[in-house]
Amino acid sequence: MSNISALNKAFESRVRLGIMSILLVNEWVDYKEIKASLDLTDGNLASHITGLEKFGYIEVRKRFIGKKTNTSYQITALGKQAFNKHINALEKLINNL
Amino acid sequence: MEKEKRSPIEDLKDIRIMMESTTKFLSLSGLSGIVAGIIALLGALLAQNLMQNFFNLGLYHTISGKMNEAYHTLAISLFFTAIGTLVLALGFGLLFTYLKAKKLNHHLNKPITIKLLKSLFTPLIFGGIFILLMYRQGAFTLIAPATLLFYGLALLNASKYLNVEIKYMAISELILGLLAAYFVNNSLIFWSIGFGILHIFYGSIMYFKYDRKK
Repeated sequence: MSNISALNKAFESRVRLGIMSILLVNEWVDYKEIKASLDLTDGNLASHITGLEKFGYIEVRKRFIGKKTNTSYQITALGKQAFNKHINALEKLINNL
Repeated sequence: MEKEKRSPIEDLKDIRIMMESTTKFLSLSGLSGIVAGIIALLGALLAQNLMQNFFNLGLYHTISGKMNEAYHTLAISLFFTAIGTLVLALGFGLLFTYLKAKKLNHHLNKPITIKLLKSLFTPLIFGGIFILLMYRQGAFTLIAPATLLFYGLALLNASKYLNVEIKYMAISELILGLLAAYFVNNSLIFWSIGFGILHIFYGSIMYFKYDRKK
């Protein structure tokens, strides 16, 4: 039971798992890049990103590259910790099967 | 739609796939290497024949006073042999990788593909232009070593997005490039090893390690 409670509700959806996985192994990833890597539509991705931002797991950087706006994301220390804990909990669940 | 019931195994598998597929280009086929290597060997054989012919007819060319003309013809034939080999090897290499991606249901229009192509082709294009300038200057003996060196550097640069075998192959190409520059009279042999044998060797390793089990 304790293993299941260690699972983080913030990472319940596949999209959120995907976002966190990408940000864990890549530094500052473009919004467009995340969208393409996960095969998502704008609406779907934006809501999950906002969700993860609210938890403080990812941070956003908006800037201009030339005349175009560029939005990219990075995982925070808190996010790294939470996601690693989540992965460990998943692994434990499997090992106990 | 987010209410799907998911198992921890599925979750971990997805996490692993996302981590791998955004940092590595996983569609490179071992067959690409094998076929490119075979084409390179055929190209080297053709080049060897052209040169052998030229030297066999050397006396005749000298007597008939057509030495310059014959040399010019040889240079042009070798040039087109090289371009033909490159185009065919690259074409078949891309084809087998495209087929592997299709089979595995990987999309190729992803950021990682662009990153890979940029890191691979930046050194190749600058190196390629430099080699054309060498050709223009008549530095023929160093052309084969230079192709090995620039190819090795390009592979090394791209290897961060590829399987570990590519890094070993890159280092091997660089060593062969230096050897070819030292033993200039036998540079075609080193070229054949670098572009032929190494491609077949590492292509086979990759084919048996990654492709066949899938």
